[in-house]
Amino acid sequence: MTHITRSPASTKAASTNPLKMSAPLGGALAFLGMDRCLPLFHGSQGCTAFGMVLLVRHFREAIPLQTTAMNQVSTILGGYENLEEALKTIYERNKPALIGVCTTGVTETKGEDLDGHLKTFRMRNPDLNDLNLVFVSTPDFNGGFEDGYAAVVQGIVESFAEPADQRIKGQVNILAGCHLTPGDVEEIRDIVESFGLTPIIVPDLSLSMSGRQPSDFTATSLGGTTIDQVRSMGASEVTLVLGEQMRRAAAALELKTDVPSLFFDRLTGLEASDRFIKALAEISGRPVPTKLRRQRESLVDGMLDGHFFLTRKKMVVALEPDHLFTVTSYLQDLGVDVVAAVAPQQAAVLEKVKAGTVMVGDHSDVEAMAKGCDLMIANSHGRMGSARSGVPLYRMGLPMFDRLGSGLVVSVGYRGSRDLLFALANIFLAAETDHESHHGNQSHEHGHDGCCGGSGHGDGREGGSCGCTGA
Amino acid sequence: MLADKIQEVFNEPGCGINQAKTTKERKKGCSKPLKPGAAAGGCAYDGAMIALQPIADVAHLVHGPIACLGNSWDNRGTRSSGSQLYRTGFTTDLSELDIVHGGEKKLYKAIKEIVQQHNPPAVFVYQTCVPAMIGDDIEAVCKYAANKLGVPVIPVNAPGFVGSKNLGNKLAGETLLDHVIGTREPEVSTPNDVCIIGEYNLAGELWLAKPLMDEIGIRIQSCISGDGRYNEIAAAHRARVTMVVCSQALINVGRKMEERWGIPYFEGSFYGVTDMSDTLRTMATMLVQRGADPAMIDRAEAVIAREEAAVSKRLERYKPRFTGKRVLLFTGGVKSWSMVTALEEAGLTIVGSSTKKSTKEDKEKLKKRKGEEFHMWDDLKPKEMYRMLRDSEADIMLSGGRSQFISLKAKVPWLDVNQERHHAYAGYDGIVNLCEEIDKTLSNPIWRQVRLPAPWE
Repeated sequence: MTHITRSPASTKAASTNPLKMSAPLGGALAFLGMDRCLPLFHGSQGCTAFGMVLLVRHFREAIPLQTTAMNQVSTILGGYENLEEALKTIYERNKPALIGVCTTGVTETKGEDLDGHLKTFRMRNPDLNDLNLVFVSTPDFNGGFEDGYAAVVQGIVESFAEPADQRIKGQVNILAGCHLTPGDVEEIRDIVESFGLTPIIVPDLSLSMSGRQPSDFTATSLGGTTIDQVRSMGASEVTLVLGEQMRRAAAALELKTDVPSLFFDRLTGLEASDRFIKALAEISGRPVPTKLRRQRESLVDGMLDGHFFLTRKKMVVALEPDHLFTVTSYLQDLGVDVVAAVAPQQAAVLEKVKAGTVMVGDHSDVEAMAKGCDLMIANSHGRMGSARSGVPLYRMGLPMFDRLGSGLVVSVGYRGSRDLLFALANIFLAAETDHESHHGNQSHEHGHDGCCGGSGHGDGREGGSCGCTGA
Repeated sequence: MLADKIQEVFNEPGCGINQAKTTKERKKGCSKPLKPGAAAGGCAYDGAMIALQPIADVAHLVHGPIACLGNSWDNRGTRSSGSQLYRTGFTTDLSELDIVHGGEKKLYKAIKEIVQQHNPPAVFVYQTCVPAMIGDDIEAVCKYAANKLGVPVIPVNAPGFVGSKNLGNKLAGETLLDHVIGTREPEVSTPNDVCIIGEYNLAGELWLAKPLMDEIGIRIQSCISGDGRYNEIAAAHRARVTMVVCSQALINVGRKMEERWGIPYFEGSFYGVTDMSDTLRTMATMLVQRGADPAMIDRAEAVIAREEAAVSKRLERYKPRFTGKRVLLFTGGVKSWSMVTALEEAGLTIVGSSTKKSTKEDKEKLKKRKGEEFHMWDDLKPKEMYRMLRDSEADIMLSGGRSQFISLKAKVPWLDVNQERHHAYAGYDGIVNLCEEIDKTLSNPIWRQVRLPAPWE
């Protein structure tokens, strides 16, 4: 590994081609994993419109998201009236099971008293006592997507989880960070259930953002964790905490319910998956199902077949902090040289990230760091820098608007780890097998000869596994 | 003052809706007050960005916290034939400390960095809610930066909370009038020069109309703002005629250019055969009235005759396939009005259209033409739209991306006719493109399959 340098943050005044997205947007996504929920941004209508468009483009789903439609006057005089009107209107029109309120830059700069607003609303509207509400402070100018998401999960747990007198055998809580796609969440549920355990996943995006076909049109999320499920989290045997960002929510849950937590910093990679599977076997007291045993073998085989194409490849990765940690750690498991790891904002987990350079930056930093690299991994916005620099882009994270099924890609567990490995290795395998790329393509410059000539496939043809005889 | 500016655009005499209003109504502004909890659509900053960001060689810098640009950049299909600088997202990404200390210094530093690194002909600085609240004076910073750096730095003062997207369009227009148009002289000027206002070259639409204009001898001196260049727009006051495309958004620019520089304007559209022909005809006639070679009119008529004949031949094959097919059209203002004609020319039946952004006269015109059973909705709720589609009251919905899932989840064909679309529908070729897309979608074999119940149901 090259020497690790850390820059605390980019010193530019102009963030250029931002990687960062706002905290309320992350908050909205977390709320969308709650059943029949309608997230509401307390801000001007643009805050909501932009966020909605971004999520629509990524998931290709209708995104329920409302606004308190603050204007100049209400911003200065205080937004309680707008908030109250919005809550009542949403309740009347959509009858959601939960309204999740996120603040924005506008209302936070004014310094609105969110807790006070909630109390006032409850006092003035006793007839709406059965309406579930979670208010979370998510200023646009503080932190980013992951922070907003984490704050909302914490808010949900604090609002509804209750201590229980008795444990329910086999019930486990899962706090799922935003580095997990709805597809990942589905995979995790399958794995957990295969041990005979009953998971309560907060939030559960696999039930709402995976292409549901409703029988009627509703302006709320189409599925997800129910409030009753959150309430019963106190009766679980254990809480599986997935991602550094979930630590606060986990602490809040443990404080309220005394359910012990088990922490997993990532579920991608052989050893990382082993840890998770071992824990599930211990919790359930059951042997590991045959299906998972086969999947483990398959991942091992994938590593054997795939490492040729990944070893010493230089890569730059730009993702939300926990996702960045997961992906860079897995790449290093596979022998990749992670030249730079770029996060959109500060996070504790960055201390654990290993790379030539770990930095807080934007897509222009990614582009600069990618010079001479073999691959960059980032969201769809990375495509422009990729085109300019000639370094191919593998899309991960959010938003991913130029690929279908962005939300359903699985990269956790043995199977997901194997699929991610294949997807990455295939980029290099295809380039090797493609005759054109040997003659004039710039991938020839760095490390291509090495992987082409020495791939050890032993097919006996001159010049490498692809059969290219060289020019 | 921003407040005065807003009152001014609310008073816009060139606007059809405004003319129909009383003084008191006019003061209240264009948009209905937004209902908290039931509002949709973008803010004024969004609108300003939509109107100006297509100026391709300019650096567009957003002064605000990350939400304003970080959540929104790189999301529109406006195309440029040259500089790609407009696609780069710049923002001051204001943090909590910046808000405590004020963001003006950071803004200046950002402008300086951009000028040093990219050397654009101008920098546009967009104000947003948070710095507007804390009193960052972007106009002063822009003036200072322009002096210091020797590059025009244009303040776009349309923070989101002052109003709707439409208001933002108008404020963007005012910005061009105050700071850009008339500040340069063109290198070349001909009697055939037009300025097109309110065309954003989405999916490269302008390029469908341009070859025909070239052929007629009409020169696009500048376009506000599709595939636009700063210096061309700065010299737009030398155009002989202006065409206002999306009339409600930027009519103020057309009218004021007439007022200040005596350039006549007309409202035209590139959508649909009839409208396209009218536009070319009007453009040529007006240019000739202002001194262009009279032969231009003959050339225009020849092009129109040839294109109309060609397009009607090309549309023939769709007619039998489209007979009896009903369209639900959901898009704003002028576009829906011109599209109704365009679609009917291709043999489709329009069952209804939104008239949310249309003028009173537009609605009356529509009523007279389509009869009473034709539906016009000012505010149709998604639930009702879904019901209509599910009960197969229409065979296809044409709308913007936001409502696509209403149609798709009802398992009814849908086509994007708004800004996120990937196909160009302008001009004569555009209407054929549109019919081809409708036909492809309608005749796709998936519709039967996706409506099948699951075997266990």
